[in-house]
Amino acid sequence: MKKLLAVLLAALMVLGMFGALAEEEPIHLTLWTFQELHTQLYKEMLEKWNANPDNPKLDIDMQVYPYEDMHNKLTIALQSGEGAPDIVDIEINMFANYLKGDIQLAELNDIVEPIEDHLVMSRFNNYAKDGKFYGIDHHIGACIVWYNTEILEEAGVDYTTIKTWDDYHEAGKIVLEKTGKPMCTWESKDCWSIYPLVNQHGGDWLTPDNEVRMDEQVVIDTLAFMRSMLDDGTAVPCPGGNHHSEEYYGWMNAGNCASVSMPFWYLNRFTDYMPDLAGKMKVAPMPLWPDGGHKSAQMGGTGTAVVKTSPNVEVAKQWLAYATLSFEGCVNTWLILGFDPIMTDVYGSEEMKAPNKFFDYYDDTIFDMLKTVLDDIPDTCITEYFPAAGDIVRNQMAYDLVMSDKPVDEIAKDCAQELRDQIF
Amino acid sequence: MQKQSLSDRRRGGFLTDPKVVPYVFVAPFVIYFLVVYLYPTIATILMSFQRIEGPTSVEWIGLKNYERLFSRNYIQALETTARYAFWDVVVLTIVPLLVAVILHSKFVKFASFFKSLFFIPALTSIIVAGIVFRLAFGTLPTAPVNRLVQMFGKEPRDWLMYAGTGNMVLIILTLWRWMGVNIIYYLSGIQAIPTDLYEAAEIDGAGAVSKFFHVTLPGIKPVLIYVITITVLGGFAMFTESVALWQQNNPGGVGRTIVGYMYLMGFYKNNMGLASAVGLTLLVLVLGVNLIQLILMGFFKKED
Repeated sequence: MKKLLAVLLAALMVLGMFGALAEEEPIHLTLWTFQELHTQLYKEMLEKWNANPDNPKLDIDMQVYPYEDMHNKLTIALQSGEGAPDIVDIEINMFANYLKGDIQLAELNDIVEPIEDHLVMSRFNNYAKDGKFYGIDHHIGACIVWYNTEILEEAGVDYTTIKTWDDYHEAGKIVLEKTGKPMCTWESKDCWSIYPLVNQHGGDWLTPDNEVRMDEQVVIDTLAFMRSMLDDGTAVPCPGGNHHSEEYYGWMNAGNCASVSMPFWYLNRFTDYMPDLAGKMKVAPMPLWPDGGHKSAQMGGTGTAVVKTSPNVEVAKQWLAYATLSFEGCVNTWLILGFDPIMTDVYGSEEMKAPNKFFDYYDDTIFDMLKTVLDDIPDTCITEYFPAAGDIVRNQMAYDLVMSDKPVDEIAKDCAQELRDQIF
Repeated sequence: MQKQSLSDRRRGGFLTDPKVVPYVFVAPFVIYFLVVYLYPTIATILMSFQRIEGPTSVEWIGLKNYERLFSRNYIQALETTARYAFWDVVVLTIVPLLVAVILHSKFVKFASFFKSLFFIPALTSIIVAGIVFRLAFGTLPTAPVNRLVQMFGKEPRDWLMYAGTGNMVLIILTLWRWMGVNIIYYLSGIQAIPTDLYEAAEIDGAGAVSKFFHVTLPGIKPVLIYVITITVLGGFAMFTESVALWQQNNPGGVGRTIVGYMYLMGFYKNNMGLASAVGLTLLVLVLGVNLIQLILMGFFKKED
C-alpha cells in the first residue's frame, strides 16, 4: 500500500514538472487597492493582456484592504523600504504624502507623454511633482447634479431650466413649498459639498507654492450661498453626515430629497445603493455661478502608481499603461466601473454606447450631457499640504457651516489660520 | 561514566549558577521591556525633534515640532480626551461596583448567569459594536434611539454631531463593553472579604449601607486602586471606540481624542515628528494624572 502511494506521488511530481515546463513561468506582481470595484477592471484587463502571446505572462496578486489600513501599510512599507507591493492604488487625498522627500514611486512619464494629446492632462498634474508623473487616474470626476424628477414634477419644476445657482435656490423654494422636501443636502463631515462648489466658483485651498487661499472672498461667497440655503430649509444637513453613509442612502432612496450634486463616479452609488430611484433620477450639469467661475469641477480620484523598488518596474508600468491608458482600458473603465474616462478619444465612440447597468438606470444621454462641460473644468491644486487642507475642510469647515451658526467669514478665516499653522 | 560528567558539568554550568539563575528567569521580561517599550520610547523622543519624510530623508529641526504643537485641533483633542477620561473614570468605577455588590448579595438568583451576560460584550468586535451604536444613535428621527426619546416626548437629535451627546454615546459604548471586566475584578475582591467581618458588623447593628462603606469598600481598596488606575489609562488612551463610531471623519472634532490626533498627524498627514511630540505630551499627561491619583489613594504609604 505504501509503495503504491509512493509510486503515485512520484508520478504526480513528474507530471507536475512536465506541466511546469510546458507553460512559461508567469511574472508575479502584487497590487494593493482599497477599492474592490477597481479589481474588476484590473482582472478583465489582465485576462486580455495574457491572451496576447506577445506580452510576457503576468500573474497579479490583487489585495484589497480597507482605506486607512492600506495607506498606513504603504506608508510604513515605503518608509522602511520593505514589503511594498509592485503596483498600488493611492487615493488623491493621500497621494501628496508619498511625494515628500525621497520619492519611492516610479516615474511614469514614458508611458504618459507619448499619448499626452489624447488625455485629460489636468488629471495627471494631481499626481505629479517637478514635471514628473507618478500616478494614473481612472476618471475625470466631473461634478454634476442628479435630480429626482418625480419630486420635481410634483412641484412643477423643470430641471432643464435651472441654469444658475440662484435658479437652483429659487427652484428649491418652490419644491419646499409644494412638497415639503428639501432641494439638496450639504455634508457636515465631508468635502463633497463644499469643495466642488468652491472650485467651480474659481476658488481652491492652496496655491502651488502653498499659500493658503481658504479665506479668499470667493470661498466666503460660496459658503454664504450654502448657508442661505440652509437658513430657509431648501438645503438640510446630510443624514449621517455625508453622501456615503448608510443613513443617507436609505433616506435618499425613499424619495426624501429633490437633488444632490456629486462627482460623476457617484453614478454607481445610485445603481448599487438606491435601486428604487431607477428611472426617476436624471443627470444635468452643475448650475453656474452668476459672477463667473467654471462649468464643473473635477473631484476625487485614485492615482495608481508603480513602486520604484519593485524588481519588475518596467513590466508593471507596461501593464498599467495597457489597463488604464489604452483605448480598450478606458472603454472598460466606463463599462465596468461607470467612471468618466480620462481619454478624450473614447467620448462619442461606438464602443461606449454598449448597454450597461448605468444606461438602464438613467438613460443613454449621459455622455451628451457630460461633453458639454468637459471643455471648462478647472485644475485642482494638490500640494504636499493638500491632505492637511482636506482634513480641515471635512472636519472643521463643513461642520461649522452646516451644524453651527458661526458667521461664514469667521469660518473661512479660522480654517485658513489652522492650515497656515500646519505649513512649515 | 561520560554521561555522569556531562550532567555534573551541567549542574555547575554558567546558566545554572545560583547567582545567575534569577537573571535568567527575569531575562524574558527584561528583553521584552527593552525591545517593545524602552527602544520605542527613546526612538519617539528622538523623532520628536526631527522632520521625517521617508526612509532616507531625516532632518533635525530642534524644538519646531513642539512650537507647532498647540493648535486649535490639539487643544480640542485634549479637551475631548479629558472630558471622556473624567466620565469614563466616574461611570466605569461606580456602576460596575454597584452591580458587583448586588450580584454578590444573596438576593440575586442565577448570579453566574448574569456575570457571563455582563461579560459577553467584552468579547465582541468593537468595530461591529461601533457600527451598531452609530446606526442606533443615527441622525434621522426614525433611528432607534430617536424613536425611544420621542416616546418620552423629547425632540429627536443628532447624537453624534455634538460634543456633549457624542461623549455620552462614547461612555455608553465603553460602559456596555467594559462593565463585565470591572465586575469580575470587583467580585474577586468582594469574595476575598472574610464573612465574619460582615457578621461582626451586623452584631454591631450596621445596615446594608454602612456595611458597604465600612466593610466592603475598605476590603476591596487594592482592587479599587487597580481598577481606577487602568480606567484612567484606558480613558486617556481611548482610540478604537472613537474610530468605530465616527470612522476617519470626525465632525468638528467632537470625537477626536489625543491618540486619534496623533494617528492623524503620523499616518494621515505623514508627519511622524509632530506625532511623536504629541505622543510624548500624552505620556507626560497620563503619568502625571496617575501619580496624583495614586498619591491621593495612599498607594505609596507604608502598610500599617
